[in-house]
Amino acid sequence: MISVIEPDGGVNGYDPGLTDEELLHCYRTMLRARVFDDTCMKLQRSGRISFSIPNLGIEATQVGAASALRRTDWIFPSYRDFGMALYHGVAALAMMHNMFGNASDSARGRQMPAHFSFEEPIHLYSISSPIGTHVPHAVGAARAFQLRGGDEVCLVSFGDGGTSSLGFHSGMNFAGVWRAPVVFLCQNNGYAISCPSDAQTASETYAIKAEAYGMPGVKVDGNDLLAVRQAVVEAVARARRGDGPTLVEARTFRMGGHSTSDDPTRYVPPDVLAEWAQRDPLERFERFLGKRGLWSAEVREGMLATAREEIQSAAHAAEKTAAPGLETIFSDVYADLPDHLRAQGEAAFDLARRKGDAIAGDGEFPL
Amino acid sequence: MPTLTLVQSVNDALRTAMRDDPSVVVFGEDVGPKGGVFLATQGLTAEFGAERCFDTPLSEDGIVGTAIGMAMNGLRPVAEIQFQDFIFPAFDQIVSEAAKLRYRSGGQYTAPLVIRAPYGGGIRGGLYHSQSGEAYFCHTPGLKVVVPSTPHDAKGLLIASIQDPDPVLFLEPKALYRSVKGEVPEGSYRVELSTLRTAREGGDVTIFCYGAMVPVATKAAGRAAESGIECKVIDLRTLLPLDEEGVLEAAKETGRVVVLHEAPRFCGYGSEISALIAEHAIEYMEAPIKRVTGFDTPFPNTLEHHYLPDERRVLDAIEQVHAY
Repeated sequence: MISVIEPDGGVNGYDPGLTDEELLHCYRTMLRARVFDDTCMKLQRSGRISFSIPNLGIEATQVGAASALRRTDWIFPSYRDFGMALYHGVAALAMMHNMFGNASDSARGRQMPAHFSFEEPIHLYSISSPIGTHVPHAVGAARAFQLRGGDEVCLVSFGDGGTSSLGFHSGMNFAGVWRAPVVFLCQNNGYAISCPSDAQTASETYAIKAEAYGMPGVKVDGNDLLAVRQAVVEAVARARRGDGPTLVEARTFRMGGHSTSDDPTRYVPPDVLAEWAQRDPLERFERFLGKRGLWSAEVREGMLATAREEIQSAAHAAEKTAAPGLETIFSDVYADLPDHLRAQGEAAFDLARRKGDAIAGDGEFPL
Repeated sequence: MPTLTLVQSVNDALRTAMRDDPSVVVFGEDVGPKGGVFLATQGLTAEFGAERCFDTPLSEDGIVGTAIGMAMNGLRPVAEIQFQDFIFPAFDQIVSEAAKLRYRSGGQYTAPLVIRAPYGGGIRGGLYHSQSGEAYFCHTPGLKVVVPSTPHDAKGLLIASIQDPDPVLFLEPKALYRSVKGEVPEGSYRVELSTLRTAREGGDVTIFCYGAMVPVATKAAGRAAESGIECKVIDLRTLLPLDEEGVLEAAKETGRVVVLHEAPRFCGYGSEISALIAEHAIEYMEAPIKRVTGFDTPFPNTLEHHYLPDERRVLDAIEQVHAY
């Protein structure tokens, strides 16, 4: 398993290929991801949003991987990948609009929270709940880049549980046959809801599954941002020069539950949790930054304060934004609105008006 | 007699069936030590051990495929699909294999299995935790499709489904899991498949419904009664094979029919009920058959309460057919 940052913060001469400012951006992004996550947990527990998905403990995997991509590469995320979105400049406000499912949400309030979809500033492909279905999508999109002679790369992210899905098998196999420019990132965070990794597969590692599909597989310490970065940089370079796909397994740990509907204390042994708490990815990176003279407790406190301010105002702004209009139920089913849906929309507006529901406006179907 | 919620009665049915028949095994994602995301399988691993109630890898096709293998080799598997929205990787196994095995082998190989799945909206589950996909499966000869709406029926129907020699898809209305309570007899009992339940008597309008829409129908019927319209509410319970005679009888009694389901309208289950009545009882009808359904769109999250048929929409339909 590849590791880069030593316990004392040294990296044995490894050059991350990032400027000081870029390194601090990585750190700041991890802090913002943690604050975003914490804020969403609190919003859900207080009933202000309906649902959230913790990514506590997984920040280095997400940000390390994201740091290896260009803005023109495409990300096919899992629903836990807040850090990837934030790294490439997706606004916390845009993400909060989705968490609140309001009129400014790019998904128009149609999806559960954390099921983001963005085209700018980077393509962060629309997230759905079924597991592994996005893996062949990433491969197909990569194939399209290949056929057009581009050098863009697709990064597709999924958990240990995702490797049992049909989509994983098909996607990996097609990518191998096509030598598609894909980086498969398996975030092995120890659990698929309550199913521990050793009940998910009999394979010795997840990285070893790459061999079955004719591509290299590499296992890295997922709580070491630089180790993840190193592996993904190499995999992205391989893909970009036409040498095909790679599977990267990032070994990390899901410090929170599967979602706000899950209580992990019912199945995660407390000693396992305590052990992983010693390997916090932020503290690890702080030791590296400190050794470079880039970090102090003041730096952290300053960044945290800014992040809290930023994310809390985003939450407030999103909360104050109105719900989507009733017509959003009927739009985007097809490119053009068919007659039968127009009729249903008109009936829905008429009923809402008769009920005295403000969402009906003047009762006219606006599309 | 104990009073149980609907999900508790599912748990009771599983426990009862497992005690009575050692060949009954329960499996799926998170059903073992965690007891299921809705606690439907709570306590089963503790009582029966990990060989009879266990977790599987994250693979619906694997869950159903291996269930077929177990069933045709002497076990009675009760497989859980965590949300009906996630059943589609297993669609091939259900439609191509489980439903056709008896037919294609002349009865040499059969698949006495049950697939349980929570279905339907009402918990802010958005596109992928709210679907009502019963129509896909009712279009599958060889399969049975059962939808309870009360704790009493949930236990009796599930026990009968487990004992059934054919593959059964048992769809549990998650919106009612904890919100509906009822008396549930202890020990084993069956509610026979392919039988209707009259949830409310009435002579003016017949409402056909199932699952989480049954309480919506009875509430709407209560409001209609305030204006002197008495509705008969029929809980279909088994969608396939359907008690067609029972449906026709209930339709003929009033001559005015409303069919209600959450699932989208086009090619939804309501189409079948409408066609059946139009074909065999048209001369008894005093009004067009009205369907109240979800819209022909994916299931939206924030505006869920505008999507799901509610009392107001059902009452509108009742009044329309009554006034025709």
